Amino acid sequence: MDEVVNKLEARFPGVVLERKEFRGETSLTIKKETAREVALFCRDELAFDYLVDLATIDHFQTEPRWEVVYELYSMSANIHLRLKYTMPEDEPEAPTVSDIWPTADWHEREAFDMMGIRFKDHPDLRRILMWEGYPYHPLRKDFPLEGKPSETPDVAFSEVAPLAGGPFVTAPTDGTTQVREPRARHLPPEPPKSKFLSEP
Amino acid sequence: MSVETPVAYDSKVEGNVIFTKVDAAINWMRGNSLWPMPMGLACCAIELMAASSSRYDIARFGAEVMRFSPRQSDVMIVAGTVTYKMALAVKRIWDQMPEPKWCIAMGACASSGGMYRSYAVLQGIDHLLPVDVYISGCPPRPEALLDGLMKLQKKIMGERAIEDQKRELVENL
Repeated sequence: MDEVVNKLEARFPGVVLERKEFRGETSLTIKKETAREVALFCRDELAFDYLVDLATIDHFQTEPRWEVVYELYSMSANIHLRLKYTMPEDEPEAPTVSDIWPTADWHEREAFDMMGIRFKDHPDLRRILMWEGYPYHPLRKDFPLEGKPSETPDVAFSEVAPLAGGPFVTAPTDGTTQVREPRARHLPPEPPKSKFLSEP
Repeated sequence: MSVETPVAYDSKVEGNVIFTKVDAAINWMRGNSLWPMPMGLACCAIELMAASSSRYDIARFGAEVMRFSPRQSDVMIVAGTVTYKMALAVKRIWDQMPEPKWCIAMGACASSGGMYRSYAVLQGIDHLLPVDVYISGCPPRPEALLDGLMKLQKKIMGERAIEDQKRELVENL
């Protein structure tokens, strides 16, 4: 593993901003500008031929807000490598790696759909889970779990779901888990719906 | 003639003759040959399949003819979580079913959104379709589905065959 990271640092001096080891997992924080070059180098020279996953993180209320995480795996060397980089809140734009690892195509579409991160030069950046025309990015921390009303004629609509206080309703804050996700928020109880009371 | 005794038999008349009302006869036929449109969207569909196979045998109630074409079905069994992305497709299939038609909301998700209090899930199919029977459970056991089916049959027996079941037709006339 050290050999791989040393090779990378020798090829791109100053690009690795931080290296973290945790339970045998290596995470490298790199610069966004050189992400594509690093990814190409990882695939061609370091034999990371498999992109296991592409994830995005919303560090709400901290700057930089967006983070993209690549999980790489080398079939021949049997090692994992994690690459990360961050983006400021007003600029959620990342370079695509879908031409480097074709599997990134749908991963990037999902990241765009759920988190609103635009992948530059992606061949087909459409929504993949929500429908075309849905105006929000639901996995952002400032998007409420109960949703927002929307209307796309002939395709779909959405309404606000009654959450009734929980359980595990996330609040948009950078507080700890206990603040962010209490077991229940105390709201007045809802009366039972009449549709479930009558019987034919 | 009450709902409980929709037919009458007169021993003074020779042969296999019974008296009944057209409404009662039509309802009896409709209620005992409900062809379901299996709108299986999630795990409830597994219980729906169990209900139609030999152990629970929904055929005992005349509802074994699962029709995957809406044009040939009488009752839509919405079995599972209805996402907003799927909702208008369900509505479209419902609109393609000929009158008279009924709807069973099977399970918590189809009845109320269930545990999915979420931006992606329709909070009960009754936002879009007129539901006749709600079945609780997550998922309901096949017995619960059969019970719901029997409740629906009971409801059908109490309807006025033309006026109630062809409501849209009567209104348009």
